[in-house]
Amino acid sequence: MTLRAFLIVVIPLLSFATIILFGRLSRLRGICDRIAIAAIAISFILSYGIYRQAMSAYDMGEPFLHLTAAPFEWLTFDHPEAAGQQVSWKIGFWVDSMTAMMLMVVTIVSLLVHIFSLGYMKGEENYNRFFAYLSLFSFSMLLLVLTDNLIILYCCWELVGISSFLLIGFYVNRESAAAAAKKAFVTNRVGDLGFAIGLFLIYSHFHTFSFREVFERIQAGEMSSLKLTITSLFLFCGAVGKSAQFPLHIWLPDAMEGPTPVSALIHAATMVAAGVYMVARLYPVFTPDSLLVVAYLGTFTALMAATIAVTQFDIKRVLAYSTLSQLGYMDGRPGGGAFTASMFHLTTHAFFKALLFLCSGSVILALHHEQDMRRMGGLWKKTPITFLAMLTGCLAISGIPFFSGFYSKDMILAGALEFGMRHPQHMLLFLALLVTAGLTAFYMFRLLFMTFTGTPRDPHAYAHAHESPRNVTIPLLLLAFLSISAGWEHLGLGGFFKERVIPWGKPPVSAHHAGTPNPLFDAAYAQEPPATEGSGASATLSEGNTSPTGHGEEHDDLAHTAHVLATTLSVIGSIIAICLSALFYWERFRVVDPARAAAMFGRFYDLSYNKYYVDEFYDRTLFRGLEVVRNFLARFDLRIIDGIVNGTASGTVKTSRGSGRFDLSVVDRLVNWLAEVIQGYGQRIRRIESGVIQNYVLKAGGAFGVMVVLWFVMKSLWGGA
Amino acid sequence: MFDFLFYLFAVIGVGAALFVAFTPNVVHAALALVPTFGSLAGLYLLLGADFIAVTQVAIYIGAILVLMLFGIMYTHNIARLSGEQVTMQVGAGLVVALITLFSLVAAVISTDWPVRELSEPQPTVRRLGVLFLTDYLLPFEIASVLLLIALVGAVVISHSVQAGKSKDPS
Amino acid sequence: MIGLNHFLVLSAILFTIGMFIVMTRRHGIMMLMGLELILNAANLNLVAFSRFVEGSIRGQAFAIFVIILAVAEAAIALAIILSIYSNQARINLDELQALKE
Repeated sequence: MTLRAFLIVVIPLLSFATIILFGRLSRLRGICDRIAIAAIAISFILSYGIYRQAMSAYDMGEPFLHLTAAPFEWLTFDHPEAAGQQVSWKIGFWVDSMTAMMLMVVTIVSLLVHIFSLGYMKGEENYNRFFAYLSLFSFSMLLLVLTDNLIILYCCWELVGISSFLLIGFYVNRESAAAAAKKAFVTNRVGDLGFAIGLFLIYSHFHTFSFREVFERIQAGEMSSLKLTITSLFLFCGAVGKSAQFPLHIWLPDAMEGPTPVSALIHAATMVAAGVYMVARLYPVFTPDSLLVVAYLGTFTALMAATIAVTQFDIKRVLAYSTLSQLGYMDGRPGGGAFTASMFHLTTHAFFKALLFLCSGSVILALHHEQDMRRMGGLWKKTPITFLAMLTGCLAISGIPFFSGFYSKDMILAGALEFGMRHPQHMLLFLALLVTAGLTAFYMFRLLFMTFTGTPRDPHAYAHAHESPRNVTIPLLLLAFLSISAGWEHLGLGGFFKERVIPWGKPPVSAHHAGTPNPLFDAAYAQEPPATEGSGASATLSEGNTSPTGHGEEHDDLAHTAHVLATTLSVIGSIIAICLSALFYWERFRVVDPARAAAMFGRFYDLSYNKYYVDEFYDRTLFRGLEVVRNFLARFDLRIIDGIVNGTASGTVKTSRGSGRFDLSVVDRLVNWLAEVIQGYGQRIRRIESGVIQNYVLKAGGAFGVMVVLWFVMKSLWGGA
Repeated sequence: MFDFLFYLFAVIGVGAALFVAFTPNVVHAALALVPTFGSLAGLYLLLGADFIAVTQVAIYIGAILVLMLFGIMYTHNIARLSGEQVTMQVGAGLVVALITLFSLVAAVISTDWPVRELSEPQPTVRRLGVLFLTDYLLPFEIASVLLLIALVGAVVISHSVQAGKSKDPS
Repeated sequence: MIGLNHFLVLSAILFTIGMFIVMTRRHGIMMLMGLELILNAANLNLVAFSRFVEGSIRGQAFAIFVIILAVAEAAIALAIILSIYSNQARINLDELQALKE
């Protein structure tokens, strides 16, 4: 099995190397695409074997097959604290039910996207390199899923980032694509910095990167809860970057500059879900408090992105914001059982969102690279297969019963409601998620109606529209089938998710019923008092309906109520939203003119249409942030020289004036005000970027000097004592 | 004798380096580097590093300086240089440099170095050779490749210089 | 008696002078000279440590590597400076401000 896991990872890498190194040889030039497809197909077949094995192992009561049979020793060096001891970084594979699940998702979607690309990318410049990059991505994503230690996880984290960077900027000649690639890369760096700090914290505490050792020692209580919370929040920063959660979400919509298959594979189905996967994989590191932060951030992202998606016109951007929203959904499920529901939604979302993206790709192909929905319409006659596939995807994402999205979304909503009923102060989470569900249905059908129904708004493009070739439509049909069936209990993966995917340390359900407690698990979770109504602000998160603490019956009742209620509400909400959407955008039933509605909501519409000005805000703050700090410090110095008294007085005046203005402007227009002030700062001191290399050296030296002086000051103040 | 030689080399080296720092003439500066590097070679000899001392003379004075003089001659434009501002941000640079110097010296003095008993200096060439072909074999090979790459790179870049010239005679 | 500290202080002085040259000179080749001075200061440190602290000659081996790097760097940097000169007729590096925001 180790060999199999090894092969799964290495074959795509070999394919990448072959295409990059030898792709220009005349003998290979024509078959590079087939090499990549063969590689991913082999990985898929091997993954299926592992998936079967993991399932049966689970049923035998051993859900965590930890493949360290032949761990590779990477580095060995002296223990930094205990003299005479050695630390070695071992690298192995880690396979459990979750890994198996992710393997299936990644290989299936990747395989179908490879096939889709055959048709979609046909005739593009650098066609072979595109497949090489896809292989590189598959390699890094699969290794990310299979690895058993944090350091390789981090390396793969960066590798998928690189592949994403390369593929977003695939159209190298387009300036916007290059800019988007850079933006994605830089934004991810911000998150990854947090991730790295989290890694350092873990390593400095445990001196190991191995998941197993870290988890065992955390569950043995070797790290204080506060430190654990801080560490996990730093780790979560990485997920925020990669999954494009709220403060760092800006890169994902721009990433749509890449080819559509890439958007489907990387920026919808797999890579962006890596953040969710990471949270699930490192679940033992996350404390209830940090999980609550995760949940609030995710919910906020879900709601915000959904409101933005309602007003966008670029078909791929709507889908991008929808992805953001759904990723927020996965993170947004609070409570101890978040794990299963998030992973389930990750899986179904991977299928239906890949489907939606590929459909939009097919539409774009049909219309010769037109992406503006205002110039589409009436396409269902011309592209019936795409239309049906898109309809399936929309129904799935809207959570209509019997489609896969229904089951997973339901699980998340039910969990959120149950959590809200248990801790009424967190009811907001459920309400926000419910509203998001409605909005999702609304904007997805807005997209569907604008694209496929009504009269064609651009007759010329319409006349030339045509159904895509077969290697494009076949992946669509397969994905459509998966989008329907992924949630079904017996045919699809739903049953797998009911109980099989569980966090590390928790015994499988069958073993639990048989009364064989897992000491590790009980030690970790028995500390949590059984949740009661309003059990205080510390928000103890209960384990949900599989808690072994003897409150099972009560839990089951509550869970059942929550489930029924959440299901009913979400289905009703989705259907209402779809009907509303039809009233707005389906010409045959139109009773409301969208333009008038937009005018009615003027300001909100502007906010949403401009994505809440987050980009502009970053432009004017972060990018000149350093200069602002520098300016602030300079003025601070001046004041000290001039006289602290004067400085304090004028500072007070300024602060009070500033706060006065702040008050006024909040009433007026917060966003504009902020922009003006920041721009003022920026204008004054943008000169730091002089472009003169000597000047840069001087500044670096000066910064060093300042640090030294500060150090001496600190030392003379405190060092004597 | 040792002390005298140290101070001699130190004064020559620092003096020449200061001359490099303050002379407006680039050619003079390059020539002033000769005593700087030479005195450093002397210091290496004082430290018992015979091979490095020879290498210092051969490579720095023999190769790098000559290379730089070539570069200067190639780009030297006397009409352009006369009366031109050759320095910038001197005041700020002086402040930063002095702070750096101060902190470095403070760090050196305040640190308690684990100095060992001095033994008679041995010839180093043979030991260095052995070291390079055993413990440091890989770095040594990588350094060779680096030199090769630098060679090729320099040729490629200056080749493009030629190409650029032929295209654009100005 | 001359000890380790004398060498370290001397190397600090040389380093500072090199840094000063890099910061204040406009001429590209002058900046290169400053860099070479900085590298030499580091070398002096390495050799002094190898003599006074380490006892073995590993420090000298490192110094040799530094010299090799210096050669490679000088060759490439000169090539770049010449190429800039012939393309833009500029030798003062502060006039190249493509990086300016």
